Amino acid sequence: MSGEDRVVGVVLVSHSKAVAEAVAELAVGLTGDGPKVPVAAAGGTPDGGLGTSAELIASAARKVDRGAGVALLVDLGSAVLTVKALIAEGDELPADARLVDAPFVEGTVAAVVSASAGADLAAVVAAAEEAYGYRKR
Amino acid sequence: MVAAAGLVEREAGRLTELDSAIGDADHGANMQRGFAAVVKTLESEPPATPGAVLVTVGRQLISTVGGASGPLYGTLLRRAGKSLGEASEVTVPELQAGLRAGVESVRELGGAAPGDKTMVDALLPGVEALGTSLDAAAGAAEEGALATVPMRAQKGRASYLGERSIGHQDPGATSSALLFAALAEVAR
Repeated sequence: MSGEDRVVGVVLVSHSKAVAEAVAELAVGLTGDGPKVPVAAAGGTPDGGLGTSAELIASAARKVDRGAGVALLVDLGSAVLTVKALIAEGDELPADARLVDAPFVEGTVAAVVSASAGADLAAVVAAAEEAYGYRKR
Repeated sequence: MVAAAGLVEREAGRLTELDSAIGDADHGANMQRGFAAVVKTLESEPPATPGAVLVTVGRQLISTVGGASGPLYGTLLRRAGKSLGEASEVTVPELQAGLRAGVESVRELGGAAPGDKTMVDALLPGVEALGTSLDAAAGAAEEGALATVPMRAQKGRASYLGERSIGHQDPGATSSALLFAALAEVAR
């Protein structure tokens, strides 16, 4: 497998379908050249309502898994808890699925950009988590 | 579990009403959806042991509830079910030990302590009172839920409301009390 194929996947878990998709679009749009990073949005419930869907999260994670691991960025409450619970299940998400402790928008941009530069999962997670260190005032 | 589903169904309106005061007004509907799926699963593929029932129900709740109560109740029941193992019958002390382990994982997952105005405030007294009887557990969980009224929320969406969260009963503690009530009802 070429290096390009083994790029880290990114999943965005939000209570809102629109938020997850918009943040995915923003992060991909801010990414320069380099391997294309698979990004999937898992927002809202399957019927389009506000909430978190374990099924949408699991299928998004499988979709972006290229064998180099999957970074999951989450917004609030049940998004965090559902991903934690899925990881604890053991067999619901790809083996190298990691919950990233990062601000949703900034962390996602950092994750997608670093993944596009060929960073491995640990480096992608670290880049996203570093986004907390950037103060705005 | 079918009794629990019945109670959740009956009380869904009240849960949502409580949740509209300090939450996002979906707890009743979420729990109803989760337990409806639970009943369907238990009917189509009934698990063989009490432990397996709890694990199956927990899994179903994680995948269908859609709010924070899904992973929390799911983790509670899965963990309790796993600790019961393969036994074909379970005594109350064994159930108590299982649920104690379950509540421990809920506290780990959500990071809630007693007094934070969460389901933990009903679950903990409920589990401890199981040592006396199932009825005592239901009573203690109900009291625990009522005791959340004067508390200020420290977890979840309600915590952003600060002082405004005071004076409302916590929806999660209320649904936890319902589950204990269902347990006592079945044993009667």
